[in-house]
Amino acid sequence: MIYLDYQATTPLAPEVAEAMGEAMAHYGNPSSAHRIGRMAAADVELARDRINAALGKRDGRLIFTSGATEALNIAIHGTALDAPPGRRRVITLASEHAAVLDTVMALRHEGFEPVILPVGPDGLVDLDIAEAAIDGRAALLAVMQVNNEIGVMQPLDALMRIARAGDVPVLCDAVQGFGKFPVPDADMVVVSAHKIHGPKGIGALWLREGLDLPPLMHGGSQEKGIRPGTLSPMLCAGFGVAASLAAERRATDLAHVETLWARALELFADWRINGSSRARYHGNLNLRRAGLDAARLISQVRNVALSLGSACASGSGRPSHVLKAIGLGDGEARGSLRMGFGRYTTLAELEEAAMLIKEAAATQKVAA
Amino acid sequence: MATRIYLDHAATTPLLPAARDAMLAGFADWANPSSPHAAGRRARALLEEARRRIAAALDWDGPVIFTGGASEAIALALGRTVAREVRAGATEHDAVLRAIPPDRRIAVDGEGIVRLADDPAPGTLFAIQQVNSETGVIQPLDALAERIHAGGGLLFADCSQSAGKLPLPVRADMIAVSAHKLGGPIGIGALLVRDLARLRPGGGQEQGYRPGTEAMPLALGFAAALEADRAWLAHAAGWRARLDAGIRAAGGMVVAEGAPRLPTIGSYRMPGVSAQAQLIRFDMAGFAVSAGSACSSGSLRPSHVLAAMGWEDAASGEVLRVSLGHDTRDEAIDAFLAQWHAMATGTR
Repeated sequence: MIYLDYQATTPLAPEVAEAMGEAMAHYGNPSSAHRIGRMAAADVELARDRINAALGKRDGRLIFTSGATEALNIAIHGTALDAPPGRRRVITLASEHAAVLDTVMALRHEGFEPVILPVGPDGLVDLDIAEAAIDGRAALLAVMQVNNEIGVMQPLDALMRIARAGDVPVLCDAVQGFGKFPVPDADMVVVSAHKIHGPKGIGALWLREGLDLPPLMHGGSQEKGIRPGTLSPMLCAGFGVAASLAAERRATDLAHVETLWARALELFADWRINGSSRARYHGNLNLRRAGLDAARLISQVRNVALSLGSACASGSGRPSHVLKAIGLGDGEARGSLRMGFGRYTTLAELEEAAMLIKEAAATQKVAA
Repeated sequence: MATRIYLDHAATTPLLPAARDAMLAGFADWANPSSPHAAGRRARALLEEARRRIAAALDWDGPVIFTGGASEAIALALGRTVAREVRAGATEHDAVLRAIPPDRRIAVDGEGIVRLADDPAPGTLFAIQQVNSETGVIQPLDALAERIHAGGGLLFADCSQSAGKLPLPVRADMIAVSAHKLGGPIGIGALLVRDLARLRPGGGQEQGYRPGTEAMPLALGFAAALEADRAWLAHAAGWRARLDAGIRAAGGMVVAEGAPRLPTIGSYRMPGVSAQAQLIRFDMAGFAVSAGSACSSGSLRPSHVLAAMGWEDAASGEVLRVSLGHDTRDEAIDAFLAQWHAMATGTR
């Protein structure tokens, strides 16, 4: 099996599995006051320090959650509910992850006005449109660093300047960019462990110093009252090691991805790339070919793990909202395939996968 | 510190070896269970297998929705119910009580048992735990379910403390469970649902009830923990009886002594010594126990559970919880009683 679906999830790093195996031998509730509880809390705090270091953060607060979806929900709901009465608009982009779009849309029921900014054929937001929309009426701007489907990277610095001018808090979904690129200077940053070779079941929300949010759920006083529920020292330890590894290996991993990207461009020279190839994380290759039935291709190429887009939406049969947002027609979206590669992908695997994909595409007798 | 004896299993209990092995094996299948490719489908198959095993072990034939833990399962049950109103027992966990207005609490008697004063109003969801985390008091959920259903209401039972130790109240309409209270991993729980039509979906995974990538290895650990041998439970009643008798003989008081209680939880008052002082001294002597629930520890708030049972703050501030688990041994009970006696009589 050749795994080319690094945006859906990444292989668990052996170092992370080992760290979790060790942490399993510890026990205790990190909220317990006794010594065993404090030892469990020490595991949690060590992990928090490691993740903060990988984020490049020396201040603010890192809140552990069950994953990025929960972190995004806490950030979006909490910021909106705490916003001054004059700020009822919640702004995001048409190409955001469903966890953001659905949460923003749900705020309609709470009296907020979702404002969904369009993106161009390159997948990027038009800064003039953004500037016109982001002002003193906005409660929040939620924008992702690296798109999960097409890998494009929004002009975050420019967006942040616009938001600052209107005093609008910015939430950055850095799930796909964490460990690869510097963390944007947003007020809130969301990351997930399993996208950086860590475990599933844990993510985090970083909050700028002084920022406070109401909790989404009720319960105990864990995580400064923002996120109740017993913390798992094992998952925290795994996340912490994954974050440290990502930071240590950043240059090596990125260089490897560039090598794979360059080869992939040669291998798929006659396919079209969806979204900008310049403002992009090169571990994401979303390609299309006229007349291709990508869903059929995926079932033809059984030994390669590929995807049509977000795993969360797969099986729904709906065309990707991201591909729609960059202006692709239904036929073009149907002919689009997402390949994601990274740390453990070898050049030989990529070449073999490309051969299998191209063979399968040829049997579909599609036009170049 | 000579010994380290863990008597705080109600806060969390050590991971069972079977759960550890199941998770270590599960780490090999790291694909996203929502991915349609072969690796994803394999992770999905393992996840669904874990779900079936958990339902079977809990004797539940309805849907099982995985969550990040019991707090989230509770939030899901209370936040997405179609019920017009939610009422809750006064001794429920904070995760329940903080989600409802204070005037929706149902009083308990001096032993902590829920007393439904009026006939339940139709369309009301009643949140009543099976076992209280601080006192171990078991609610008569079968009888309560009958009354609630007769009145046209629904019953949600928080079974975080009881799952894996008592038969679940299978007449409940929804049940919250937590893996780490029964030897599984922290970070996963579930909401058992009788009829999904009574819960509004919000979108995403878990049939639209819980968005976010599923943590399959945790589900495997959860299933393995539930299936593990529970022979040790047979000893718990004997251990707790010795604790009760020993502490009573040494001048202590057993909380809710007359109520049916889960044999793994005992709650004791040491008159004249604050729980905080007891905690510190027990900890220094190598015993991990707790004052109330871990979730609120450090807060030093008086226990809302004991207050609801009619306790004055001064007395409830002298109560400590002792909770037993699969690694508890006879010697631990003896050692704890010796320490308790020494502290109560001021010799240590």
